[in-house]
Amino acid sequence: MAADKVVYLDNNATTMVAPEVYEAMAPYFTELYGNPSSMHSFGGQVGVVLDRARQQVAALLGCDVAELVFTSCGTESDSTAILSALKANPDKRHVITTRVEHPAVKNLCENLGTMTGIKYRVTMLKVSEDGLVDFDDYVKALTEDTAIVSIMWANNETGVLFPVAEMAKAAKERGILFHTDAVQAVGKIPINLQELDIDYLSMSGHKLHAPKGVGVLYVKRGTAYAPYMTGGHQEHGRRAGTENVASIIGLGKACELAAEKMEEENTRVKALRDKLEHGLLTTIPKSILNGNKEHRLPNTTNISFEYVEGEAILLHMNRYNICASSGSACTSGSLEPSHVLRAMGVPFTAAHGSIRFSLSVYNTEEEIDFVLEKMPAIIAGLREMSPFWPGN
Amino acid sequence: MWLYTDTVTEHFQNPRNVGEVEDANGVGDVGSLACGDALKLTLKIEENRIVDAKFKTFGCASAIASSSALTEMIKGMEVGEAEKITNEDIADFLGGLPKEKMHCSVMGREALEAAIADYRGEKLPSADGEIVCECFGVTDIEITRAINESSLRSIDEITNFTKAGGGCGKCEDKLEHLLRQALSEGLQMVEVEKKPTRMTTLQKIKKIEDVLEREVRPGLRLDGGDLELIDVDGDFVIVSMRGQCTSCTKSQTTIKELVEKKLREQVLETLIVEEEK
Repeated sequence: MAADKVVYLDNNATTMVAPEVYEAMAPYFTELYGNPSSMHSFGGQVGVVLDRARQQVAALLGCDVAELVFTSCGTESDSTAILSALKANPDKRHVITTRVEHPAVKNLCENLGTMTGIKYRVTMLKVSEDGLVDFDDYVKALTEDTAIVSIMWANNETGVLFPVAEMAKAAKERGILFHTDAVQAVGKIPINLQELDIDYLSMSGHKLHAPKGVGVLYVKRGTAYAPYMTGGHQEHGRRAGTENVASIIGLGKACELAAEKMEEENTRVKALRDKLEHGLLTTIPKSILNGNKEHRLPNTTNISFEYVEGEAILLHMNRYNICASSGSACTSGSLEPSHVLRAMGVPFTAAHGSIRFSLSVYNTEEEIDFVLEKMPAIIAGLREMSPFWPGN
Repeated sequence: MWLYTDTVTEHFQNPRNVGEVEDANGVGDVGSLACGDALKLTLKIEENRIVDAKFKTFGCASAIASSSALTEMIKGMEVGEAEKITNEDIADFLGGLPKEKMHCSVMGREALEAAIADYRGEKLPSADGEIVCECFGVTDIEITRAINESSLRSIDEITNFTKAGGGCGKCEDKLEHLLRQALSEGLQMVEVEKKPTRMTTLQKIKKIEDVLEREVRPGLRLDGGDLELIDVDGDFVIVSMRGQCTSCTKSQTTIKELVEKKLREQVLETLIVEEEK
């Protein structure tokens, strides 16, 4: 492998903009820069293309175009959905989420009081060792006072999938609104919202080969909605602010590509992930897989290498231009390891040394072989230096 | 991504003196797996001079680089000279460390001290200290020392240097106390960075009652109304309107614009006032 070739296995952090996406976007920066709200056809023609992008997103999600609102990111979609549900249910003061949500949902739920000026009781569901929620615990948590449930579709650190279809159904039966942060799931697993009881779904462009700075909120027809910002009439008055035209067009194209490559994602990419995972777990002693092996995204694996620290591992990988992430304390700037791994009860010996590899359709077998060739020596070298390493 | 100096990167990638000195007569073992970093320093000391030094470190790049740098600095040094090395010296040797990573250099200095104490058969002075931060097992003696040696002026700085306060944060009051104490004992008086003051619930209730009685009730009573404090739960202050206020259409505005505003100004800026249902 060429020495300067980047092996990018951090696709849950962000992805490369697909060449087709970039190509679709380019004219809207240079030639077709009009404002879709304008009265002249120079701007108006852009509006037509936005409609097409909306259809492309709707096709991937299995919903109607009228159910989609373009936003700036997954976080905006999450906040808009949860706060909408709370405003629609002024008498309900209970929110349910999990302990392993992305900060976009976790920190919002923890700060609802200061955000809304109203006191909410928040149930943060526990997860088991493999990162899943006990379904009975979930059903028991649903009460008459519950305004909204917000549970991620796929966990960003472990790739563990939550049974959101069943969870949304249970909520619906009790008249409770259900939101899912599907930022990691969209484009990686098939989704058909018209068959589901999910009321709100958040997604983000840059996780599926569209650019950063564009997201979507799906709002089921007839579900309460309150705009997050006040301003213009864009998105039928649901999201003020001039449309991020080029990015929305890019997102549409990315959704179309994701649908085309869904099978590849779940066969070839999954096989690469499995090869990487199996190779690491068998060649490196004291390495542990974090998260449920079955209910999982096809592209993600999270492995702890005991007795070594994640940042040190990543920086050694960096010497070979291999990109991944870690749940270690040192990489986050805080002094505590990942809240997801701690919620799963991963012991400290392992939590500090966790590495997340997340693949995409652009990864090749040659890259996986390269990583498998380099990792054992990196871990062995750091272990030799570790005062806790008991030996192989 | 952290911005490390070339020296840090170089020492991380090619650490010097990894391992354990075989017939070591000074061993310093600090940190733990739970804390995320640990260092075992082994020294061979002959005629009061460090003739060999090796390390084993579990931790991030800056922890490994700090350990490597430390062994390079002390090899060949007299013990009396080595014990004067501060964490700042280690950081300087590396061309500096990101401020959030200064605790790695502190770990180096602590291991050196522990190894020298072990060589002399002495007990470490910090061992007598009282644990202040339970998450990371940091004592008051270690904290006060870091404050004085590195001229720390805020709780965030204490956390960067010693890790204390970086976990659950329950020891912040104690850290502030140690900071004030250290600064008042020092020659220069410096204004300690203001952190939101933490009150006990009883103190909070008393302050809220005072403000209500002094600033809120007189006005309400003029209009034939009144207000009662029902409950204080964390940031939430639950009140009930009395008299004319109960039927007043503006009671919600009164609560937010008057009561909440006054309480936020005078008690705690995070307070949220709600009417009892």
